[in-house]
Amino acid sequence: MNFPSELKYSKSHEWAKQDGDKIVVGITEYAQKELSDVVYVELPAEEQETQQSKAICIVESVKAAFDIYAPVSGTVVEFNKQLEADPGLINRDPYGEGWFFSVTPSNVSELDNLLSNKEYEQLLSQEAK
Amino acid sequence: MNKETPLVYELSQEGKKGFSLPHSHFDSSDISKLVPESLMRDPEMDLPSVSEPELVRHYVNLSQKNFSVDTNFYPLGSCTMKYNPKINEDAARFDGFANIHPLQPEDSLQGIMKLLFDLESSLKEITGMDRFTLQPAAGAHGELCGMMLVKSYHEARGDMKRKNVLVPDSSHGTNPASAALFGFNVVEVKSDERGRVDLAHLKSLINDETACLMLTNPNTIGLFEDDIQQIQKAIHDVGGLLYYDGANMNALLGIARPGDMGFDIVHLNLHKTFSTPHGGGGPGAGPVGVKKHLIPYLPTPLVKEEKGVYSWDEDIPDSIGKLRAFLGNIGVLVRAYVYIAHLGREGLKQVSQDAIINANYLKKKIEEHFTVPFPGFCMHEFVAQAVKQNDLGVHATDIAKRLLDFGIHAPTIYFPLIVAEAMMIEPTETESKATLDQFVKVMLTIADEAVEFPERLHEAPFTLAISRPDEVKAARNPILTYKDYRASKDNNGSSSISTTGVPVHAG
Repeated sequence: MNFPSELKYSKSHEWAKQDGDKIVVGITEYAQKELSDVVYVELPAEEQETQQSKAICIVESVKAAFDIYAPVSGTVVEFNKQLEADPGLINRDPYGEGWFFSVTPSNVSELDNLLSNKEYEQLLSQEAK
Repeated sequence: MNKETPLVYELSQEGKKGFSLPHSHFDSSDISKLVPESLMRDPEMDLPSVSEPELVRHYVNLSQKNFSVDTNFYPLGSCTMKYNPKINEDAARFDGFANIHPLQPEDSLQGIMKLLFDLESSLKEITGMDRFTLQPAAGAHGELCGMMLVKSYHEARGDMKRKNVLVPDSSHGTNPASAALFGFNVVEVKSDERGRVDLAHLKSLINDETACLMLTNPNTIGLFEDDIQQIQKAIHDVGGLLYYDGANMNALLGIARPGDMGFDIVHLNLHKTFSTPHGGGGPGAGPVGVKKHLIPYLPTPLVKEEKGVYSWDEDIPDSIGKLRAFLGNIGVLVRAYVYIAHLGREGLKQVSQDAIINANYLKKKIEEHFTVPFPGFCMHEFVAQAVKQNDLGVHATDIAKRLLDFGIHAPTIYFPLIVAEAMMIEPTETESKATLDQFVKVMLTIADEAVEFPERLHEAPFTLAISRPDEVKAARNPILTYKDYRASKDNNGSSSISTTGVPVHAG
């Protein structure tokens, strides 16, 4: 599986990417695979406050519904409106077209609490045991 | 019988009809002169034109495709799909129960009021609680009722900061949903390596903001929460309440009582434990029982008795209000009453004992082939994992689908969420050893098939009218009406209907 090195990862399987003064958030390839086909996403509202590690939105697959946790605290700038019409983007392109939302972080150093791609892969191999 | 049945609209032929009206003795008028145009339907209603025998055959054929506990084994974990004795149905159809109206004068409703009063007495004795409301229409409705009681209780004491409701990570999804719906903040408690509430983690999460802990006991893995004494003490020490999700009460009848374990609020699923029909969405009944300190907040009205005369008690000033019209789903309450009355104390105890023995028998018989994550005895249900099969590319879904070919309903799969490739199996007490042995035989056959031809299992079931409906398409582009169906046919010329094909079970 692919875990790009320029991204930061949460233990709850979200990724975060610094893009200028905002942070873009999505779920990892592992997460989309575990979820199986996503059929619905309940996205956060613009300007909604996020808190690191707190549930912010919901994805539903044919298997179950899962919470998505905010990898950083801040304010939602934008969400990916395309997901409402085509939630399958999350499965097809989790790191690109399948992004969830972007946040203006209240404390950029929170990114340091997240994992590198190597650390995240290690976590996955531990979970498999 | 296993062929796909056409829609009744597809049988329609212009000019056919299934009725004949007598010659009218009145002059007919032009409806457009009597009804304003703005109120006229346009275009005209599209109803199918079929003859009476065509219509009857259509629906009888459809009805024969039903999968039910009256036709087959139904080990759907957590749902307690036990056989529903027909004596329940007889009683529910008595004139005095079926043909009464809740607004009749009380003195003409004494029979049903006595039944409700006696049902409440039985539920109190079975659970060790002090009073019950019979209004909630199902388990989740009972949970919502419970959350309202929790809030009223804390606020009446002037304690306004209790915002957290704790739920174990193995809980039924309705628990966090009910708490969140009523505005509580949901806090998840981890399970330990024994599949029970992690006591240390629980203690680290509770404080003076804890409103309540919602707990299912036995839990969704089918294990008894044997730390219940410490759990209840920890919650009560910080001033919180303990809520009992009664979905798994079928393991405890006559053996142990939630009230004695320290629970303050209890809901029961009469449609599970007390043998009223369910599946397909209801109707159900989720009575809520409370200890003394919560009685003042119960929904109104309750039934009271004085010198053998029953009346509605509506004088409950601190009540959370009404939750359902009148006293809830009366027909379901009658059936549950009959079940309790005809089994009696000893009979109910044997229900739970047999349910536990049946589940342990199945667990023992299949655990060599399907991984059982937590060792030791289970209660009325257990969770097995398709772990060995997963390595061969066969998943819990494939096993569930293959069971249908053998006339067995699939167990609950992929729940609880904390167990990978979970299959939650609950045989209930009503199954004979022969049925259980047949299930074991089928499960072992499927385990062999997973080794011999794993690829083929992805195509199961082979014998049903609908094999693998496209669940993803059904969820993404649901076609719910004939109009939508016709529009989708016109758009792409294909005639495939997306349906999930899986019977929905009531929670």
